[in-house]
Amino acid sequence: MTSAQNPDVLQQAGQWRRQGQGVAIATVVTTWGSAPRPVGSQLAIAEDGAFVGSVSGGCIEGAVVQEAVDTIRDGKPRMLDFGVTDDQAWEVGLACGGKIQVYVERLD
Amino acid sequence: MQSTTFEQLQADRAAKTPVVLAKNLRTGAETLLYLQGKKGTKGWPHEVAEAARAALLADRSTTIETEEGPVFLNVFNPPLRMIVIGAVHISQSLAPMAALAGYDVSVVDPRRAFATGERFPGVHLSHAWPDEAMEAFAPDLRTAVVTLTHDPKLDDPALAAALRSDAFYIGALGSTRTHARRLDRLRAAGFPEHELSRIHGPAGLDIGARSPAEIAVSILAQATERLRKRAA
Repeated sequence: MTSAQNPDVLQQAGQWRRQGQGVAIATVVTTWGSAPRPVGSQLAIAEDGAFVGSVSGGCIEGAVVQEAVDTIRDGKPRMLDFGVTDDQAWEVGLACGGKIQVYVERLD
Repeated sequence: MQSTTFEQLQADRAAKTPVVLAKNLRTGAETLLYLQGKKGTKGWPHEVAEAARAALLADRSTTIETEEGPVFLNVFNPPLRMIVIGAVHISQSLAPMAALAGYDVSVVDPRRAFATGERFPGVHLSHAWPDEAMEAFAPDLRTAVVTLTHDPKLDDPALAAALRSDAFYIGALGSTRTHARRLDRLRAAGFPEHELSRIHGPAGLDIGARSPAEIAVSILAQATERLRKRAA
């Protein structure tokens, strides 16, 4: 639910930044089909690869973190597209296929 | 995200202010938009502020197309709350049901024998008088207020406070006759008709509910209807 969205994700992002770490925020901006997490879901990533939150319930977080670390380095926002076929979806524990688009930006 | 945007967003969330973070996905431009006023709208296509308001009311983040590129509207609404006046039998069903539906539930009843942890495990209880409790809770656009005591001493002050607030749902239990008398008292206290019409009385959708649990279902359904359909 949007209202309860990641009560601590942004707080953690702020904390990492205060500690002097580079931080990126990834946000689900579009979903098609049965995406596991709603639009607006967020993931905060520190430059050392630590992350909190969720954009997919687990299946693409690894890839997002990788891109986020690059974003922290070069400061360029990225739009990531992920498609999950029915077969893959089954493997990662989703009932059916879906596609999601994730916007990754650095917290300056 | 700019640090100034981030700090303001965190301050708004801490203050329970509904806010939209608008982001132009082509240019990276960003702003914070609110339910009221023009703050943050300068330099943005006019439809963005309107769409942000609709997104807040619908509680749904979305992307809109504008001449300057796609704009993502990320909704940050404060948590839903339900303030239940009366630690009565129906409340024992309503409190856990509303919690499941995403509400942060508080039950108010100065009668300590009613509002006990044994009868309401895990529910936030207040033994304050309803007018004091309502002042402390400060109901906002994301708050539902439900009075269930049948006792004017307890229900009326809570309803008066609810009417003076932005609460999105106000429900009052009681028969049609009880409700008519209640409206008479509130009218005498100076509330005009259009404000009194915000009170749903008798509370709950007309689904023929009989048991306390069924009445709780009807009240929660009516609150949901008000929450989800008001943007339409």
